[in-house]
Amino acid sequence: MKRARVAYAGAIHAAAPHAQGLRLTDGRVVAEDAVVWLAPFEVGTIVALGLNYADHAKELSFGKQEEPLVFLKGPGSVIGHRGATRRPKDATFMHYECELAVVIGAGGRSIRRADAMNHVAGYTVANDYAIRDYLENWYRPNARVKNRDGGTVLGPWFVDAADVATPVALDLRTIVNGQVTQRGNTRDLVHDIPSLIEYLSGFMTLDTGDVILTGTPEGVVNVNVGDEVVTEIEGIGRLVNTIVGDAAFGR
Amino acid sequence: MQPNPFTFGFAPYRLSGTVYGVLLNHAPALAALGAAASEPPYKAPPKAPVLYLKPRNTLAAPTASTEVPADAPLLQIGANLGAVIGRTACRVAEGDALSFVAGYVIVDDLSVPHDSFYRPSVRHKARDGSCVIGTVVSRDQVRDADALAVRVFVDGVAVQIADTGQRIRPLAKLLADVTEFMTLAPGDILMLGTSAGAATARAGQRVAIEIDGLGRLEHALAVGSQAAHCHALEPRA
Repeated sequence: MKRARVAYAGAIHAAAPHAQGLRLTDGRVVAEDAVVWLAPFEVGTIVALGLNYADHAKELSFGKQEEPLVFLKGPGSVIGHRGATRRPKDATFMHYECELAVVIGAGGRSIRRADAMNHVAGYTVANDYAIRDYLENWYRPNARVKNRDGGTVLGPWFVDAADVATPVALDLRTIVNGQVTQRGNTRDLVHDIPSLIEYLSGFMTLDTGDVILTGTPEGVVNVNVGDEVVTEIEGIGRLVNTIVGDAAFGR
Repeated sequence: MQPNPFTFGFAPYRLSGTVYGVLLNHAPALAALGAAASEPPYKAPPKAPVLYLKPRNTLAAPTASTEVPADAPLLQIGANLGAVIGRTACRVAEGDALSFVAGYVIVDDLSVPHDSFYRPSVRHKARDGSCVIGTVVSRDQVRDADALAVRVFVDGVAVQIADTGQRIRPLAKLLADVTEFMTLAPGDILMLGTSAGAATARAGQRVAIEIDGLGRLEHALAVGSQAAHCHALEPRA
C-alpha cells in the first residue's frame, strides 16, 4: 500500500493513490496539484549516507570506505513533493541526490543483519541536496552544505515494505527539465540496507520513523534556478522539486 | 516532584526534541589545535559554524543514568549552555537574535572521545542517553549568556572551571550565522559549545555541571547493559 500526508482545505490528511490524483481518508478525491504534499510519514532521526555507491565515490575522488560515511540531517531541512528549494545567488555547484529512503518500523539496538529487514516499515524517495561551494573539512559534509532549509526532499508516497521485494534492487534516476541526468540501481549500494541497520543499531537505538537515506550513484549535476528536478525510484515514486532563487524569499 | 525537563511554564512550553551543538566555538580550543587546523585533512580553519545534531535517542533527563558503552569506557563531558528557541528563527539579525531565545538550559553533551573532526563522527556523538538536558530557565533570568561561569564536577571533585565567554561566535552571532541557512523552530535547543579542557567520566561516577543563573545539572553514568556491536570494524564476509 502507498500513502501520502497532505494538507488540503485547512487540515492534514492521509491519502491513497487514485486515478484522478489522491483519495483522502475522508473520501474526497483531489488532484495532485490541489494539495500541499508533506513528508509522507512522521519523520524521526534522518541518517544519510555519503559515498555509498562505488561509482559516485569515484566521481568525487574518494576511495572505498571501510566504515559507512554517515551524517545526520535535521527536521528543519525536510520538505515534501512539489516543493521549492532555494539556490543562493553565490552558489556555483548545487546538486540533487536521488536516494532510496528506508523507514524504520520496529526499532531496536544491536540488530543483526539477518534480522534487519524485519525492522523496515517501508520506503520513500529522497532528494538529498548539497551545495558544494560551502564544503569545509570539519564534520564533513558540513551543515551548511547538507542541513539547509529545503535540503531534504521526501515523498511523494510511503510504500509498505511488504510491497518491495528483497534484496532491494530498484532502478533510480534523476530527470532535470525532462532530461535524464542520473541513473543507478539500489543493488549497487556499497553498504546494503541490512548492513546499515546493523551498523547504526550497533551504537544507537533506532526507533519507528527513523529514516536512512541510503546514498546516491554517479550523475549528480548542478541545477539552476527554474529547474524542475525529478528524482524517481521504480515502484516507489516520482518526487518533484523546483529550484528557486533568493528573490522568492525576499533575499 | 522532579521538574520535567521536557516541558516548562513559558512559551514555547516544551522542547521540540531537536538539539544542535557546535564544535570548536571556544577560541582557545581552536587555537589549541595549532597548525593542524590548517593542514590536511582540514586544510583551513572552519569558516562556518561546525554544527552537529544530537538525535532523539540521545535525549535524556538527568534522573536517568546514561549507560556507558562497552566499547567506550570513558565519556567526554560536554558542559554546554543551551539556548531554547522561543519563536521560528530564520535569517535572524545578530542585533535581534536574543529576542528569539525563550530560555536557557544546561546540557551535558557526552561524547566518545575522538580527535579527528574531519567526518561527522555520528558513532561518537549519538550514543543513547548522551544528551542530558536540565531544567529550562526563562531568558530574563540570565543577564548575559556570554559571561556565565561554568563548573564541572565528577564525584564531587571540580574537573573543569570555565565560562561561556571567549566564543568565536557569541550566542547572538551564532544564532544569526546558523539561521542564515537553516531555520530553528520553537523548542529547538542550540548549544553554545564547550570550553577547552573537557573532562571525562566513567561508569559509576556522578557528573554535576553548574552554570551561573541556570542552577545545577546532576546525572549519573552507569554500566551498559548492551554489548556494543561495531560491525563496521569487522571484515565483511
